[in-house]
Amino acid sequence: MKYLTEYRDAGVARALLAEIKATAAWPWVLMEVCGGQTHTIVKQGLDQLLDGAVEMIHGPGCPVCVTPLEQIDKALALAARPDVIFTSFGDMLRVPGSECDLQQVRARGGTVRVVYSPLDALDLAVRHPDREVVFFGVGFETTAPANAMAVWRAKQLGIGNFSMLVSHVTVPPAITALLDAPDNRVQGFLAAGHVCSVMGWTEYEPIAARYRVPIVVTGFEPVDILEGILLAVRQLEEGRYGVENQYVRSVRREGTVPARDLVSKVFQLVDRQWRGLGVIPRSGLGLREEFADFDAEIRFGLESIRVAEPAECRAGDVLRGKLKPMQCPAFGGRCTPLHPLGAPMVSSEGACAAYYNYGRYRAPASQGAQA
Amino acid sequence: MCLGIPGRITELRDDRGLAMGTVDFGGVRREVCLEYVADQVRTGDYVIVHVGFAISRVDEVEAKRTFDVLREMSGLEELEWMREVAERGPQ
Amino acid sequence: MTGLVCPAPLLTTDRVQLGHGSGGALSAALVRERFMPRFANPALLALGDGAVVPIEALKLVLSTDTFVVSPLEFPGGNIGSLAVHGTLNDIAMMGARPACLTAGFVLEEGLPFAVLDRIVAAMADAAGAAGVPLVTGDTKVVERGKADGLYLNTTGVGVLADGFAPAPDRARPGDAILVSGPLGRHGMAIMAAREGIAFETAIESDSACLVPLVERLRAAVGDSVHVLRDPTRGGLASALNEIAGAAGVGVDLDESALRIPPDVAAACEMLGLDPLYVANEGVLVAFVAPEAAPLALRALRGHPLGDQAGIIGRAESSHPGLVVLRTGLGGSRVVDMLPGDQLPRIC
Repeated sequence: MKYLTEYRDAGVARALLAEIKATAAWPWVLMEVCGGQTHTIVKQGLDQLLDGAVEMIHGPGCPVCVTPLEQIDKALALAARPDVIFTSFGDMLRVPGSECDLQQVRARGGTVRVVYSPLDALDLAVRHPDREVVFFGVGFETTAPANAMAVWRAKQLGIGNFSMLVSHVTVPPAITALLDAPDNRVQGFLAAGHVCSVMGWTEYEPIAARYRVPIVVTGFEPVDILEGILLAVRQLEEGRYGVENQYVRSVRREGTVPARDLVSKVFQLVDRQWRGLGVIPRSGLGLREEFADFDAEIRFGLESIRVAEPAECRAGDVLRGKLKPMQCPAFGGRCTPLHPLGAPMVSSEGACAAYYNYGRYRAPASQGAQA
Repeated sequence: MCLGIPGRITELRDDRGLAMGTVDFGGVRREVCLEYVADQVRTGDYVIVHVGFAISRVDEVEAKRTFDVLREMSGLEELEWMREVAERGPQ
Repeated sequence: MTGLVCPAPLLTTDRVQLGHGSGGALSAALVRERFMPRFANPALLALGDGAVVPIEALKLVLSTDTFVVSPLEFPGGNIGSLAVHGTLNDIAMMGARPACLTAGFVLEEGLPFAVLDRIVAAMADAAGAAGVPLVTGDTKVVERGKADGLYLNTTGVGVLADGFAPAPDRARPGDAILVSGPLGRHGMAIMAAREGIAFETAIESDSACLVPLVERLRAAVGDSVHVLRDPTRGGLASALNEIAGAAGVGVDLDESALRIPPDVAAACEMLGLDPLYVANEGVLVAFVAPEAAPLALRALRGHPLGDQAGIIGRAESSHPGLVVLRTGLGGSRVVDMLPGDQLPRIC
């Protein structure tokens, strides 16, 4: 596939690895804040191949993992209603709520459907006028334009039986919260390439300046990530700090303006709780009042639910990068993908699941056979 | 965030005022909402698609320029993928 | 209705979930915990694709499979051809020649005869091409709203000859692992037709009868074939995990040796799926003694169904029970059993 496959080229990747090792005089600590990047790093064994030249800490880049327990419980309550067809991206279906997950709700008679796009959910609403269709709007800024459009179209076309359960989060406040933590070790960031495709990178400029950290907007394939790491390492070695763009094929400084515009028309910044991190002010998106009719929480009168998360789940520490999944006492024992204690083990992008699925066995890395 | 993949626009159309199109991802096609990039794209252009929406247009010129830099850095005559593409023929 | 596949639920559950049918770890747990304790006998305990049952001088192989695929008709076949090929293949994976088939139909009230006729025609074609008669059957009808149109069970009986008895626990360190064809076609052909996910593609199911391929292997290298398996539900990854577990060997895979057609790869990218876990219905995996591997490969490649056969890895004594993939970059990762089915993802 063009613009994808070439960024997996082993020869280029090996050359980048060599360059990183040659450049880094010090084991710099970098963090990626994107589940897709975490996935690639662990799946390709990049952290293993970096071999101590750079330490990669996995940040809270998985919107599934950071969706608060309350929102999951609200989703479960909605899905259990006989008048509701509950639609969601596949990622959310296995995340445990307080009592169960969407799969169990389905087994008990709830209608739960996986869709590829929020427009498919809108379509379902049109085709099932006798049912209420609710869409679970989870994600970072990458998904906000799609969700915004679904709500916008619902209003424009008068699709009255459609509503959205919103649980959006935005990245920059999380990065700031991490940098503010007194025991923060992260010295540079890889910013999520698709979040920035939509939003551009202007929001990261003040962060880089204030905290003096390099932030490199990076893609998702091995070559992208290695190049992003190299750019960050070069900045650190040269004592520079600023925002740089590795993912030039998709990201411009201003992002995709029409998408940003519709997102601000439909959504507004709200305080959001991040599972494992607590409340981060103005870090989430909620529907504006003009679209209150399409807000599932309002339509179905969902009460706020306060639930304690299992004490043993160290999801918060993992999400903050304080703990590597393998260091958690429950990892692989009480907590596995089959019976997860927390979201990072359930979500395919979660750091714990990534390590469990890909990283449990580490063969000695081959010495780089010639291409 | 993630799972945005590049695809080539093969068809543009209008659905009750919304710019839609067909995008080809290496042989697989899907309907995609092109509203956010409508003023930038034509048939044949590449876009990054996430959950059925084009979120950006691929800058092919920039992509080539930066990848050429990488190639040079790698000191490789020809990349493995280019060889494969040559062997496979046009798609 | 489109039955969407679902992943693993929480383990503390009091009822059947979709994940129990996925072919992954939950399915294995269901069989192990709820069925095996009641039915334990040597033939069943071996948990092969089919059961070897000695009856007087003969070693019979029996296999049964129930097909619930939705949609009933898809590019490359329908539930009928799938059901016949599937059971013939299970018999063949045990090393036996299929001798006869049975069929049990559960029909939904309202199913059009035109659809039923196409399914039955496909069954007849598939069985006829393999020279295997359908000797007995049963039909039930259930009310509208049940059975998704049609559920179909096929059972096959075959006979095991001497000197050829592949079994999952016979894999040995050093065995070459061969795959007869490209991966992921059936699962993605089905996925393309799913409501809410649907996309346009030329991908067709690879559903096919593997008996001729197995026959070529037997003729070429005989008992050097230690294991045969068709990687259906759960894909190649699940099949290899089961074999690694049964035999207590490790499996090393070479990522660059895996053949995944470009459109299957593209569809997987789009949905965030890993082709290693996608179902195949016309492909076999063989663990072959290393010295016999070149001949075995040639035997496969001599048949149209096997013309893209290749060696994808090796059984090892290190890391027993684990399947490890070496990436093109020189890294490695574990390829684990999934708890339930893979789900399309956005993240």
